[in-house]
Amino acid sequence: MRAGEPLILWDWTFAHLPDIGRRVEEHLVLTGIAVGLGFLIAFLLSLAIRQFPILYSPITWVGGVIYSIPSLALFALLIPFTGLSVTTAEIGLVGYTLLILVRNIVGGLRAVPADVRESAVGMGYSQWQMLWRIELPLALAVIIAGVRVAVVTTIGLVTVTAIIGQGGLGALIMQGIQQFFATPLVIGAVLSIVLAIVIDGLLVLLQRSVTPWTRTAN
Amino acid sequence: MKQATVEFRHVSKQYGPQGAVVDLSLLVPAGDICVLVGPSGCGKTTSLKMVNRLVEPSSGQVLIDGQDVMSVEPTQLRRGIGYVIQQVGLFPHQTIAENVATVPRLLGWSNKRIHARTQELLELVGLDPLQVRNRYPSQLSGGERQRVGVARAMAAEPPVMLMDEPFGAVDPIVRERLQNEFLRLHRTLGTTVLFVTHDIDEAIKMGNRVAVMQQGGHLAQYAPPTELLAHPASDFVSRFVGVDRGLKRLSLLKVADVPLEPGVVAHINDPVDVARRQAELAEADWVLLLDHADAPLGWIRTSQLDSKGTLRADDVDASSPFVHQETTLRDALSMLLASDVQTAVVVDDRNRYTGVLSLDRLGIAFRSETAPAAESVA
Repeated sequence: MRAGEPLILWDWTFAHLPDIGRRVEEHLVLTGIAVGLGFLIAFLLSLAIRQFPILYSPITWVGGVIYSIPSLALFALLIPFTGLSVTTAEIGLVGYTLLILVRNIVGGLRAVPADVRESAVGMGYSQWQMLWRIELPLALAVIIAGVRVAVVTTIGLVTVTAIIGQGGLGALIMQGIQQFFATPLVIGAVLSIVLAIVIDGLLVLLQRSVTPWTRTAN
Repeated sequence: MKQATVEFRHVSKQYGPQGAVVDLSLLVPAGDICVLVGPSGCGKTTSLKMVNRLVEPSSGQVLIDGQDVMSVEPTQLRRGIGYVIQQVGLFPHQTIAENVATVPRLLGWSNKRIHARTQELLELVGLDPLQVRNRYPSQLSGGERQRVGVARAMAAEPPVMLMDEPFGAVDPIVRERLQNEFLRLHRTLGTTVLFVTHDIDEAIKMGNRVAVMQQGGHLAQYAPPTELLAHPASDFVSRFVGVDRGLKRLSLLKVADVPLEPGVVAHINDPVDVARRQAELAEADWVLLLDHADAPLGWIRTSQLDSKGTLRADDVDASSPFVHQETTLRDALSMLLASDVQTAVVVDDRNRYTGVLSLDRLGIAFRSETAPAAESVA
C-alpha cells in the first residue's frame, strides 16, 4: 500500500461500479453452480448411502481428503487436465461442498425418529413415499443448515479462483495486490463477506418458512 | 361395520437359532378385542407384527378372513390394517388433519371425502376438530396425541386394527380414560382388534379374549378374561395373573350377575302391622321402605314402630349403600365392607329397587362357578 492512501477511494469506486457489479455477478454464478452441482451429487450419494449404509465411511473419507487439500494446490493440480477454465474452478469448488452436504443430508435422514418411521411403514408407505413425504421434509432443517455452511465456505473459496482467471470478487482483490492499491482489495473482501452474510440470512429465512412445525412447539 | 377374523395357524418366527414365537395357533373372531399379554421377550409384539408383515413368519400362516397375508403386497396389506404404537409416531411435520388423513391419501380419496372423514374421526375420538385440525403434534398433550393416533389408524375403516401398547406412554389417569373411550368406540365400530400389552389388568379390562404368552414365544393360555382368572391353565398363568386374581374377577362381574335376595320390603303408607308381620315371617328385624315409585328410602327397625298407623318416611332408622346393577362386584364389595349393615340395596337405571346384596350372598356367588362360567361363554 502506498503510505497515506485511504482504505477506500470513493471516486474510483463510483467510477468502477459496473465493473464491481460484474464481479459480484460472477461470484454469485460460480458459487451457485458449485453449491447446486455439489448438492445434486451429494444428494445422489446420500440416497446411495441410505440404500447401502456401508458406503457412508468410504464416501465421507474421500470427501474428507478432498476437503483437506489446500485450495490453491488443488486448482494448480487440476490445470494440467482442465486448463484455466470454469471447469477447473468448479471441480475444486464442488469437491469442497461434498463432505459438508453428504454429512448433513445423511444425518438429517437418519435423524427421523424410529417411531415415525415405524408408523409410516406400518400404514403402508412405500420406500419412495417414505423418502419424499416423511424423511426429506423432516431432514430439511439439517439439510439447509448444511447448505448454509457450504455456501459460506464456497463464497470464501471463490475468491481464490481468480488466480486461475475466473473473475469474481477475487479478481478485485488480486488487482489491489498487484497494483498496491487498497480500494479494490477492500471492496472485494468486504463484498465477499457481505454476500456470505446476506445469503446465509436468506437461507435462514427459507429454512423457517419451509419448516413451520419447528416454530410452534409449546 | 367392517370386521374380519384373524387367525394364526402354527406360526413360528425364528431369529437365528432362537424362537421368538413358537407354533402359535389362535383364532380371533370378527369384532373381538384379542389382547396378547406377557412379560417382555414373550413374542407378543413379534406376533402382532406378523399380521401386517412388519415381521414375516418363518413358518405357518397368518390369515385375515381366510386369506394368507403373505399373498398380499405389503403396502397394500398395511393400508387395510389400522396400526397404533406406543410412541404414537405422528408425523411431526404434518398437521393433525394431515396426519389423520394419511391412509385415505395413500388410497387416493378425494379431498372432500378426506376432509369430511378427518372431521368425523376427530370428533369420534373426543377432539374438537376446529381446535386441533391445523395444529402440529408437538402442540398437543400426550393423551391428545394418543387419540390422534387412534383416529389415524381408523381413518380408512380398516376391518382389523393392531395396537402395540397404545396407552403405555401416558399417565395412569389418562390411560384409564383412553381405555374407556376406546372400549366405547369399539362398541360402535366393532373392528377386530389385536392389542398388545404387558399389563395384565389392562388385558383383562380391554380383551374379549386374552392370549397369555410366555418367554420363548409359547402361548400359555387363550381364553376370555373371566375364564383366565377362574381357571388359570398353568402355574405360569396363575402367577402372571397374580395372587389377587379373585379381586380381578370381581371387577369383571356386575352386581346384576349375582342372584339377589328379595329382601323384606314395605311401601310408604303401608299399615305398620302388615310390615311387622312380613318381617316376622322372614325372621328379620328390619324392613326396607320404598316410595311409590319403588325407590328405596331406608331401613326401618320393626320393633321400634308403634303398632298402629302407617309407615312414613321419617320412620327410617338406618340407611345402607345403594348400588347400581351395573356396578362391578369389586366396587360393591368395597362398599359393603365399609358399611355398618353389610347389606347393599341394589337399584336399576331408574333408581327402582331390585333386591339386596349381602356379603354372604356375594361370597356364595363368587365361589360357585356358575356366574363366571356363564359369563365366559357369552
